[in-house]
Amino acid sequence: MVSNVTNSLEDIRPPEPPGLNTWIRKNLFNSWFNSLLTIISLVLIYLVISGLIRWIFTQADWEAVLKFPFLYLVGQYPRDQLWRVGLLLAIYSLMIGMSWRKWSGIMRVLALTYAGFFVFLAFWPAPVPTLTLWMRAALLANLGIIALGYFLGGIKKITPRYLLIAWMFSLVVSLLLLHGMPMGGFLDIVPTNLWGGLLVTLLLAIGAIVISFPLGVALALGRRSSLPMIRIICTVFIEAIRGVPLISILFLFSLILPLFLPTGIRIDRLMRALIGMTIFSSAYTAENVRGGLAAVPFGQTEAAKALGHSNFQITALIVMPQALRTVIPPIVGQFIALFKDTTLASGVAVLELLAVGRSVINSDPQYLGLQMEVYGFIAVVFWILSYMMSHASRRLEASLGVGER
Amino acid sequence: MSSKKSPTNAIQFHSQVPFWRDERVLRIAAQIVSAIIVIGLLIWAVINILNATEQRGLSLGFEFIGESAGFPIGESDIPYDPSRSFLYAFLVGVLNTLKVAVVGVFFATILGTLVGIARLSTNWLVSRLALVYIEFHRNIPLLILLLLWYRGFFTRLPDVQNSITLPGPMYLSQRGLQLTWPRVTPNGWPFVISILLAVILAIIVWVYLRRLQEKTGRSTYFSLVSLGILVVLPLIGFLISGGNPLQADVPVLSGFNFSGGYQLTPEFAALLVGLVTYTAAFIAEVVRAGIQAVDRGQLEAARSVGLNYSQLLSLIIIPQAMRVIIPPLISQYLNLTKNSSLAIFIGYPELFFIGKTTINQAGRAIQVFAVIMAVYLSISLMTSLILNIYNRRIQLVER
Repeated sequence: MVSNVTNSLEDIRPPEPPGLNTWIRKNLFNSWFNSLLTIISLVLIYLVISGLIRWIFTQADWEAVLKFPFLYLVGQYPRDQLWRVGLLLAIYSLMIGMSWRKWSGIMRVLALTYAGFFVFLAFWPAPVPTLTLWMRAALLANLGIIALGYFLGGIKKITPRYLLIAWMFSLVVSLLLLHGMPMGGFLDIVPTNLWGGLLVTLLLAIGAIVISFPLGVALALGRRSSLPMIRIICTVFIEAIRGVPLISILFLFSLILPLFLPTGIRIDRLMRALIGMTIFSSAYTAENVRGGLAAVPFGQTEAAKALGHSNFQITALIVMPQALRTVIPPIVGQFIALFKDTTLASGVAVLELLAVGRSVINSDPQYLGLQMEVYGFIAVVFWILSYMMSHASRRLEASLGVGER
Repeated sequence: MSSKKSPTNAIQFHSQVPFWRDERVLRIAAQIVSAIIVIGLLIWAVINILNATEQRGLSLGFEFIGESAGFPIGESDIPYDPSRSFLYAFLVGVLNTLKVAVVGVFFATILGTLVGIARLSTNWLVSRLALVYIEFHRNIPLLILLLLWYRGFFTRLPDVQNSITLPGPMYLSQRGLQLTWPRVTPNGWPFVISILLAVILAIIVWVYLRRLQEKTGRSTYFSLVSLGILVVLPLIGFLISGGNPLQADVPVLSGFNFSGGYQLTPEFAALLVGLVTYTAAFIAEVVRAGIQAVDRGQLEAARSVGLNYSQLLSLIIIPQAMRVIIPPLISQYLNLTKNSSLAIFIGYPELFFIGKTTINQAGRAIQVFAVIMAVYLSISLMTSLILNIYNRRIQLVER
């Protein structure tokens, strides 16, 4: 075999790519056991898919979902103030469009999902009195705004740094726009007990992860501190939070926080849930950041010390930037978990997406039998958003080259 | 300043640093300040609580725990009625939590391992199916899955008269799952005891003989010997108890309900199925990562020294994969246990549900939360203690 050396062009050509038949034989029917598995799988797939299709198109009654798009989206937010939500969506369209051009990668996934959301809502497959034709057109116009953002993103003067700053401010701007100005009377105040649906779900998840991040970094540094007192305090805090279920923390804050505070101070429900989720999330962020800190070689600290940097400089300029780079993927994972966990806030009377679903079911006796449809719809919404984020996170991981060093 | 004998210039160096820049002073000061802040916050909170409880006429004592609970509990494996104390009700809750956690961990491990192995199958379709299973469960909140199982499946089953018969026999109906359950006959106890003895003895012998083999290099047939113990001892117990130690307690339909057998309520069944299928998706990823972490060279080396497939699996792959798998696996077990508190949304009376009911009945939110958190914390701390011991042992093996 080996001695048979040839120089002819025929033999050094790469082999033909395997045809479909070869592929099927190699990957599905290469042994009797695999053939059996393939057949069982095919039967299973057929049963599940045909059952699902039959249920979705012939048996299920989607009225409880189709009639209330805005309820699922923003809850009881005053319908005459919906333009604020629309304005917010438009602002984000512009920013996402610009970010798409600047960073591509995960931002493209985000932008396409966002555009898909507008298309879906604009072509909402049922007549809804509040969803006027004009509104559907405005929703579709957001596609144009995303495209405009993509175009503007090409301008050199708008650097990624400006865009980053804009993103940082976006949460505050959103809150101001949605809640209204506390003074000045420029915007009417919309109390948070009217907020609901996906808006609150996203607000809880994004708010908790953003606020918990600095807390988590501080806790992680505290847990690695050489000062025993600080180390003990941080360790006890982190382990105590991680040791109990989120639902107990949410209940604790909704029932007991009013007792902890001096009389006269009232915190509304949404705020209490946000505080609970932030505290919960900060302990997990701390452990993620600690993992990142541990991954930075000690030689980095020693080298920085040898150059005469202060402890603060070493942490802020040398160790932290390297640690945070490895921490991004687990933080995204934590964000997805937190996003899913917002459903638990429905237990403390926060009207997030799942709670809205439940209130729709309970609003009319004829909807009581439509639980599968409503919960199924909400599950699909969660699935799409979480899958999009985990997909983005995997791309981010690849582009950062984490785990390849 | 310093009583130690140190070089003079060093003493001078220290004396030149003013105390507010002396690192030793700063370190102590930082700790004192942080301690004061934390303790101050705690005192502030406690004072507020005391004020608030005094204003509302609440008490902070634990004397209520001996009073009778006054609420019924849907299911309990120990006799319970509303006249029992709150403490006893909590015990029922803890037992119910542990029941769903232990059974859930058992089935989640089996299902998760199967899906994880399927994910690595050479069969493209099987591996894709496993991927779909994992992605489906990982991207939907557990609470929604639980509600779908409970509202969409277990409460929509046919009523008792038309229940679905599964092999066993088991009966699936609106009332849940009625299992055929083995009950020990009066003279069957020697058999049960002999099984327990056999398991303990088999483990001891297995460990001892395995060590002996590793030390001497001679084959001690440790697995065969312990398997023999597992067969022979129960057989003796079986003969002693007269050949009829266990009796199948078959559920029988009488009127509107089953009598006999062991009943799993729809709440328990929905919680169990939801927790198992959800956690299995995460365990599958852990198992996959663990198996993939074994270096390919190890397999090739094992093949080339002539190990057969079962030896390859039991001596090369599993021991190395286990080292990677165990820590995240245990944290998944812990997640499952903590997630069992979601039972409050479907009404399975575990610890958190009992706690919530107690708060509704008797107030005392603070004390109840102290109990709940203490139980969950001790479960997690115990688990992480075991995990730490395991990790330490593994590190010794590694070096």
